Amino acid sequence: MKLANPCPESLTEVQNSYCAGCGHGVAHRLVAEVLDEMGAREKTVGVAPVGCAVFAYDYWNFDVTEAPHGRTPCVAAGIKRVLPDRVVFSYQGDGDLASIGMGEIIHTANRGDNITVVFINNANYGMTGGQMAPTTPLGMKTATTPLGRTAGEGHPIRIPELLNALEAPVYLDRQSLHDPAHVRKAKNSIKKAFRLQVEGRGFTLVELLSTCPSNWGMTPAEATQWVGEQMVKTFPLGVVRDKS
Amino acid sequence: MTRTLIKGNEAITEAALAAGCRFYAGYPITPQNEIPSSMARRMPQEGGVFIQAESEMAAINLCFGASVAGARAMTSTSSPGFSLMQEAVSYLAGCEIPCVLVNVMRGGPGLGNIQPSQADYFQAVKGGGHGDYHCLVLAPATVEEAYIFTQRAFDLADQYRNPVILLVDGLLGQLMEPVDLVPIRPPSIPPRDWKLDGAKGRQRRFIRSLLMVEGVLEKHNYDLAQKYHSMAGEALWESDPHDDAELLVVAYGTSSRAAKAAVREARLKGLRVEWFRPQTLWPFPSEPLREAARHAGRVLVVEMSLGQMVEDVRLAVEGSVPVEFFGRPGGAVPTPSEILAAIEKALGRKAFV
Repeated sequence: MKLANPCPESLTEVQNSYCAGCGHGVAHRLVAEVLDEMGAREKTVGVAPVGCAVFAYDYWNFDVTEAPHGRTPCVAAGIKRVLPDRVVFSYQGDGDLASIGMGEIIHTANRGDNITVVFINNANYGMTGGQMAPTTPLGMKTATTPLGRTAGEGHPIRIPELLNALEAPVYLDRQSLHDPAHVRKAKNSIKKAFRLQVEGRGFTLVELLSTCPSNWGMTPAEATQWVGEQMVKTFPLGVVRDKS
Repeated sequence: MTRTLIKGNEAITEAALAAGCRFYAGYPITPQNEIPSSMARRMPQEGGVFIQAESEMAAINLCFGASVAGARAMTSTSSPGFSLMQEAVSYLAGCEIPCVLVNVMRGGPGLGNIQPSQADYFQAVKGGGHGDYHCLVLAPATVEEAYIFTQRAFDLADQYRNPVILLVDGLLGQLMEPVDLVPIRPPSIPPRDWKLDGAKGRQRRFIRSLLMVEGVLEKHNYDLAQKYHSMAGEALWESDPHDDAELLVVAYGTSSRAAKAAVREARLKGLRVEWFRPQTLWPFPSEPLREAARHAGRVLVVEMSLGQMVEDVRLAVEGSVPVEFFGRPGGAVPTPSEILAAIEKALGRKAFV
C-alpha cells in the first residue's frame, strides 16, 4: 500500500505525546511539510519552547534546541546572527510568547531579527493543566479562572496586531487549524513566512489558533468547532502585516 | 614590549576578542558599562556580532543561541543583572553550553550601590540558579590578570562545555593599569561536534535539559558530577610562603591587593604573616590552602562582604586551625591599615616597633 501523504522527511515517526485532538501535531506537520518543500531540512535549526511543545525535538527530524521559558526568540536570534544562511525559527505557545516572553518577542520583532516565529494559540496553558493564558477569551473557564475570565484578569492579547505597532516586522499573520481548508491556508502562511526569511527580509510571525480539548473539557470535534465559531471572534483570521 | 594603559572592563573586551569571541550581547549597568560600549565599537571591527539586549535575560539567552550555533559568546553585567541571568546559567549548565559570563560586582543586596563589592561569591560559587550544577569561577586581581583570565575562560568553557564566570568587582573594572595586550596564544576553538548548524550529512542533533524518562535525569546529574570532579585540576592560587609565618591572610580579587599591602607592612613591623590568594574560586584551591593554613596555624580571611569565601576556607582547613574574618560590606573597600589592625588582633599582640 502506498500512502497518499507519507510522513515528511522533516518529521520523525516517533509517536507523539499530544492529546487526541490537539493542534500541535498538525502544526508540527505543516512546518515539516514546508521545510521539505523548500528543501531546507538540512539547514534548519528550530527552537522549542517550554510548554507541551517542549518535546518537539523528538518529533522534528532536524536540529532543535530547547530554550528557557519565553526566551525562545532570543535563542533563535542568537543562532540566526551566527548562521545567517540557515533557516531558524522559534515555535512558541501562548504562555511562552505572550506572557513570560512578551518582552523578548517584542524586542526580537523590533530589531527585525530574520527569524520566523510559529505561534500556537490554544487559549490556555496546556502542559500545566489548563490555566488562564494571556490569550484566554473573556468568559472562558480555566483552572485559574473557574468562573470565566473577567476583564479584571486581563483582556486576551492579539499578538500580530500588537506587533503591528512596530516598524520592523515584515509579515504578521493569524490562521487557524480547525478544519482542512484552514489548515491549507495556515500552511501557505507558514511557507510564506519561511520564504521571506530565506530572502533575508526580516522578522515574520504566524499565529495559529489551535485546540486543547483535554483542558477545554471538550471532545476533539467540539474543540475544533469552538475554534471555528467562537475563538475566531476574539482572534480574527488573516494577514495583519505584509511588507513583502 | 608596548604596554597599554587600559581599564579593566576594556581589557576584558580586548581579551574576549583575542580569544576568538565573536558574539556579545549585554545590557547597560554600572560599573561594567565600558564592556558593552567597547564591544559595540570593537566587535564589528572583528567581524563579530554585538547586540544591546532588552534585558539581562535576553542578553544571556542570545548568547545561549550563539553558542549553540557554534560561536564563542560572552555577556557581562553587574550584580543585580547577574541575578536576572541565573535562570539561563542553570540552563547553560544543564544543556552543557559553553559561555563566558562576566560579573563586575557592586554593592548589594537589592539595587545596592555602584561601589566595588565581593558579595556575589555565594551566587557565583554555590550556584545562583536551580539544580545541582557548578560554574568555573575565575577571580583576577589585576587588569593584566583579567586580560589573561578572560582568554582562559573561553578555553575552559569549551573544554568542559560549561559556563565560566569571570568574577571581578567594580574597582577592578574601573581601574586603569598597563597591560601587554598580546594574546596568550592564537585562539584555537575546539570543534564543537554537538553544535546545531543544520543536519546536513549527519543525524539531527538536539540540545535539551528536560529529561523526563525515569532515571535519565539522575544519570545526567551523575555525569555532570563526574565532569565537575574532573575540573579539580583547574584550581589556581598564588602565595607568598614564609617559614616563620604564624598567620595566613587569605583574600581574592581587589581585597587581596589591600591584604598584600597590609602583610608587607606587617612584615616590615616584624609580624610573622604570609598571604594566600585563590585565583579560581571554583574549583577552590582547598588542598594548598589547607597545607599553608596548617603550617601557619591561624588564618585571617579578608573580603569585601560580610564573609562568604570564609566558609570555603573553613571547609578547606577542616577545623584544624582557627579561621578569623575581617570584611567590609555594602561597597566598602578595606584599607591596608584596617587589615593590618585585623592582622595584629589575630596575632594577639601589637607590632613591636
